Amino acid sequence: MAFLTFMGGIHPYDGKDISKDKEIVDYLPQGECVYPLSQHIGAPAVPLVKKGDYVLVGQKIAEAGGFVSANIHSGVSGTVKAIEPRMTVSGNKVNSIIIDNDHYFTEVDFSANIKPLESLYREDVKEAIKEAGIVGMGGAGFPTHVKLSPKNDSDIDTIIVNGAECEPYLTSDYRRMIETPEKIIAGLQIVVNLFDNATGIIAVEDNKPDAIALLKELTADIDNIRVNAVKTKYPQGAERQLIYANTGREINSSMLPADAGCIVHNVDTIVAIYNALIEGRPLYERIVTVTGDAVCDTANFRVRIGTNIRELIEAVGGFNIEDPAKIISGGPMMGKALFTLDSPIVKGSSALLCFREDVVSEIEPSNCIRCGRCVEVCPGRVMPNRLADIAEHGDMDAFVKAEGMECCECGCCSYVCPAKRHLTQIIAGTRKQILANRKR
Amino acid sequence: MKISSSPHIRDRETTTNIMGKVIVALLPAAIFGVYNFGIRALALYLITIISSVLFEALFQIITGRKITVKDLSAALTGLLLAMNLPPDVPYWIPVIGSFFAIIVVKQLFGGLGQNFMNPALGARCFLLISFTGIMTSFSYDAVTMATPLAEMKAGNSVDVLSMFLGTIPGTIGETCAFALIIGGIFLIFTRVINYRIPLYYIGSFAVFIMIYAIASGRGIDISYLLAHLSGGGLMLGAFFMATDYVTSPITSGGKIIFGIFLGFLTFLFRVFGGSAEGVSYAIIIGNLLVPLIEKVTVPKSFGKGATKHES
Repeated sequence: MAFLTFMGGIHPYDGKDISKDKEIVDYLPQGECVYPLSQHIGAPAVPLVKKGDYVLVGQKIAEAGGFVSANIHSGVSGTVKAIEPRMTVSGNKVNSIIIDNDHYFTEVDFSANIKPLESLYREDVKEAIKEAGIVGMGGAGFPTHVKLSPKNDSDIDTIIVNGAECEPYLTSDYRRMIETPEKIIAGLQIVVNLFDNATGIIAVEDNKPDAIALLKELTADIDNIRVNAVKTKYPQGAERQLIYANTGREINSSMLPADAGCIVHNVDTIVAIYNALIEGRPLYERIVTVTGDAVCDTANFRVRIGTNIRELIEAVGGFNIEDPAKIISGGPMMGKALFTLDSPIVKGSSALLCFREDVVSEIEPSNCIRCGRCVEVCPGRVMPNRLADIAEHGDMDAFVKAEGMECCECGCCSYVCPAKRHLTQIIAGTRKQILANRKR
Repeated sequence: MKISSSPHIRDRETTTNIMGKVIVALLPAAIFGVYNFGIRALALYLITIISSVLFEALFQIITGRKITVKDLSAALTGLLLAMNLPPDVPYWIPVIGSFFAIIVVKQLFGGLGQNFMNPALGARCFLLISFTGIMTSFSYDAVTMATPLAEMKAGNSVDVLSMFLGTIPGTIGETCAFALIIGGIFLIFTRVINYRIPLYYIGSFAVFIMIYAIASGRGIDISYLLAHLSGGGLMLGAFFMATDYVTSPITSGGKIIFGIFLGFLTFLFRVFGGSAEGVSYAIIIGNLLVPLIEKVTVPKSFGKGATKHES
């Protein structure tokens, strides 16, 4: 029983049993691969190739369009077919590089990228991470080299690997921790060594005791890395909640983890750092859990970024129902519902979740009965019922005053609401509007 | 494929479930009422519940709104109102009471979730003021007699055990403290209500009564305290009326302030007021202060006022 936790949160059905014992298997794309130039937070990447060019696996095909941006590498070998807008999981058309897969998967010579770690300065390590196009792979897609460049390096004393995997149904991080724990530990060591005062924490929810035991065993002799079991509760893996659970430090929405002396990385991101520094391989693949009750089988695939989503569904035997109700990219709490399968896996795609039924789209919200459940579960400790009322009246100033910007859109309030109000949706919509107005 | 905003899963709990659980929690005390006062009590239950549901449906039909009687909230209001009536009231009393509760207190203010006072209690207080004679005459085994609380106020002795078990005159559903406590505990354990309001309400009331007992020369009189706790509508009020979601504070701090405030008011009304009972008026007045209490007890958001960590 782990005591490290935060106030609020929920315990939804976790659905992990159906895919947690499936070993990671490689899936190689059959058809064309699509690389949206904007699959990270920040400026879109700029193409380095043009129609007709031949590219290799691991070749940089687009370059970061600014400091807050990321390089993009091809996951297949083949010919650039076009650079044109394509549909992405976010529901928008984004300018993308389309590569005609030649099925040879010829790689660039990665060994040329490998340099002994001891010979590298810290700036070289960060440069290598930037060069590898690594971004936060938990879904947000924030460029990792930017995270690793805080204002003051000496303020950073804790590097947290987010192995909570608190979203129901997701098992990709769990498989990583079970199958290649040494890569996580080595990757974390690389990051910890970037800072003079830092120690590393691997935080894992206590519903994964085998992963915790394994990681503890492997880190027993490492002084500056420890494994923390955190309480199984959604959203334990939310950045601010995870920092609080592990360090007792609180930050608000206008602060960065670095303000709490912390940097938080997703498990897959840490492995990508390992791959970049130790194996010389840039980020061109990731683990994707394909699961849910609407697919014939489940899987944890190692997938080339750019792979068409439809291929992954077919790789588990397709749907077991003619018309699945809902396909979600990511987890059920914060993932995005897809309206087309013809979009690519991107750096932030952690899962494809397929449901036979969907309760949410059939819900008819009724009046708030002020039961207070939303207030009780809100990890941001705001009052979702009140924020939603204010948001529905369109009063932006009152919304900010009522701490509406502290909402992390985790979905707990909508989940518990007995009146089935779409609280998260209403609040998130207003937050987006306010953020857009601020930018203007 | 269906599209909607996240989250894509929902808890099973619904408004109807919650109302249903409160009704179930009330059943032991309600059934005891029929045992204690006879078949007339059952008739009053039926009239109150049916007229409450009908008034709600009728109002929604006339105003062209969605009919929401299926959410059981009107049925619950009817049940609570009936439990708050003396067993001898004429049959038209619950009809007027239901009209006031459903139409005036609830629907005219916007329906479920919008009323500023508890509909059943609002109706009880309305009936008490309008038909004082009918609403304050109690009988037991066909003999008109005063309630134990009134006897205490007059300086007579009472039997605490029968007050706890409910074999006393009073309103239909308030007499059996034992059954009401069981229902209340059921609601706390099924997480329908939070323990704070009943705990702080009953707890602070007990403290005030003890202070008064000592100050007035009775000394530490436990049977006086137990009689006050078991008598009148305290248990019904503390577990089922003061915890009404709509008319109680949503914040944890607010629930504590609200509970203590009700305990104080109930003590004031019972000990110094004109009548022996004070729970209904205490809660109604408390209801009016809820927006204010909530305003001063808004929780501190996560990370508010946090400072930069320096190592």
